[in-house]
Amino acid sequence: MDWTSRKPDEELDIDYSIVVKDLDHFYGQGEARIQVLFDINISIERGKLTILRGASGSGKTTLLTLVGCLRRVEEGSVNLLGTELNNANEDALVFSRRRLGFIFQAHNLHESLTAIQNVRMGLEVHGKEATKNWQVAAEHLLTLVGLKDRLHYLPGTLSGGQKQRVAVARALVGNPDVVFADEPTAALDSESGLQVVTMLKQLGKERGTTTLMVTHDDRILNLADRIITIDEGRIIADVVPQN
Amino acid sequence: MTGFLTRLLGRLPIGWLQLVHNPARLAAAIAGVAFANILVFMQLGFLGALIESVKLPYDVMNADFFVSASDMNTLSDGSPIPRQRMFEALSVPGVAAATPVFLAKLEWKQQDGTLRTLDIFGVDPSARAFNSDDINNSLEGITLLDHAIIDRKSRNVSKDIFTRIEAGTPLVFESRGRTLNVYDTFEIGGGFIADGYIIVSDQTFLRLFPQRTSGAPNYIFVTLEENANREETMQRLHERLPAYDTSVYTVAQAVARDQNFQTTQKPVGLIFGFGIIMGIMVGIIIVYQVLSTDVADQLREYATCKAIGYPQKFFLGIVFEEAFLLAIFGFIPGVLISLGLYGLVANVTGLPLVMPFSRPAIVLVGTIVMCGLSGAIATRRLAKANPADLF
Repeated sequence: MDWTSRKPDEELDIDYSIVVKDLDHFYGQGEARIQVLFDINISIERGKLTILRGASGSGKTTLLTLVGCLRRVEEGSVNLLGTELNNANEDALVFSRRRLGFIFQAHNLHESLTAIQNVRMGLEVHGKEATKNWQVAAEHLLTLVGLKDRLHYLPGTLSGGQKQRVAVARALVGNPDVVFADEPTAALDSESGLQVVTMLKQLGKERGTTTLMVTHDDRILNLADRIITIDEGRIIADVVPQN
Repeated sequence: MTGFLTRLLGRLPIGWLQLVHNPARLAAAIAGVAFANILVFMQLGFLGALIESVKLPYDVMNADFFVSASDMNTLSDGSPIPRQRMFEALSVPGVAAATPVFLAKLEWKQQDGTLRTLDIFGVDPSARAFNSDDINNSLEGITLLDHAIIDRKSRNVSKDIFTRIEAGTPLVFESRGRTLNVYDTFEIGGGFIADGYIIVSDQTFLRLFPQRTSGAPNYIFVTLEENANREETMQRLHERLPAYDTSVYTVAQAVARDQNFQTTQKPVGLIFGFGIIMGIMVGIIIVYQVLSTDVADQLREYATCKAIGYPQKFFLGIVFEEAFLLAIFGFIPGVLISLGLYGLVANVTGLPLVMPFSRPAIVLVGTIVMCGLSGAIATRRLAKANPADLF
């Protein structure tokens, strides 16, 4: 696939899930304070799969945590699904997170909960109404990720790849508006990795789920709708498929 | 259990699932809470036995008012009072009778060489100083010099001795240079200081303790006329008897004063009270260790839940769920083992170690509070669960 530079936002008429403007971010205090993000301006389209690339320490994870409500925005603006995150209070951040799905590099499953119970955790956060048909929803997701025969297995009895697929199911079971994924395919074999990313892309088409993914996995680049490259806290490339 | 808790809580019982996921840690935690419960139960039992054993001798006293020396704190530590106070009391309108009572400690060397310490009462056999039929029915015999009746619940005394006495074979032993002839038994029970009680006539008492005089008994038991007004008569007694050397109490007041002194001023009472605090502290520390280790082990999972959008109260709920379950699971073996130990200790010491119905309920509530407090301390670690660190 050929790629070309993306046009500036003002030339596009698109429904955005995330709009970042003039975002700077710093770590540390006083003389030890260092800037890790410089004047970031991006808008992430609804329903698209966007990949964030960059060397280790380039700032891509910091950016992911800022737009994912996991870190406080200090300078600039981040608008997530219509909510301004700069100066948002804790309750607003918690509420916003419920519209998101997170897939971490480490699965972070509850070791004492079975696969299906871990997936249920992704639903319970939405309240009792959402949990009514949890069994059907959780089984469906686990079946989609190829774990139909592992529903009642504890994470300790699953392989690394199986655990990661449970984490994917947990992230998706609540029908999130945006999925943030950090190296979601790292623990998966080539086929499983491709299957998961294809599923995310499919969700984008069917439900309008936006995915922002940090990855070094070149095998899945062709599935991306957009690739943003960050280096030393600055966006140095922003490309979309030519066709 | 998981299904029941899920319905009860309206969510997955993560606390319960985390506890049973690590059976060794759960067993250690339950043992810890049970141990703390046993410590508290035993200390409460001893404290209760102290309070109850203080009351036992007062229960058999036949008196409306109890006149003692003003320095009396417990039954056995007051100074003698002038016998003249008895006549002064008798002159008060409403008083029907007054009788002097002598009290001292008597050492009884048993045939096997062991020494028993008995509280010895010296009373006028013709005055009804006791309200127990058990005592009164055999009191006439103490009119004879050096004759006595003994407490069959005295500690560390062979039951055979009492059986023989009751069968008509008197117990004869020497004490303070005199030979005592014990011809019958009654029942009070030993306490923390004396092993039991023995009753003799005032004349026998004065022979056993020649340094004591008939003019200085320990107590005067006052009984009222049938229609006398208690409050008014009490007031008149206070006015009639000099406060510098005598005090007037109802028996209930005397018991309360004695119990209060024994539990708050005497080392033994303070030790039991301290023991209760120690038990609670042990419980708090053990439960805190278990819960804080659990929180530390689950920090990444909790951070993931935070990232998903679970609020802080959700995590507090998990920790308190664990604390509550540990309290219940630790309490059950704790109360059962304590019941067994109560029986064992009561059998060995003769102390009135009993488990009132209210005590398990109080200890259960205390255990839940104790575990909840540990949980509250352990939740401070939750602040370290930062979802941003997950990436």
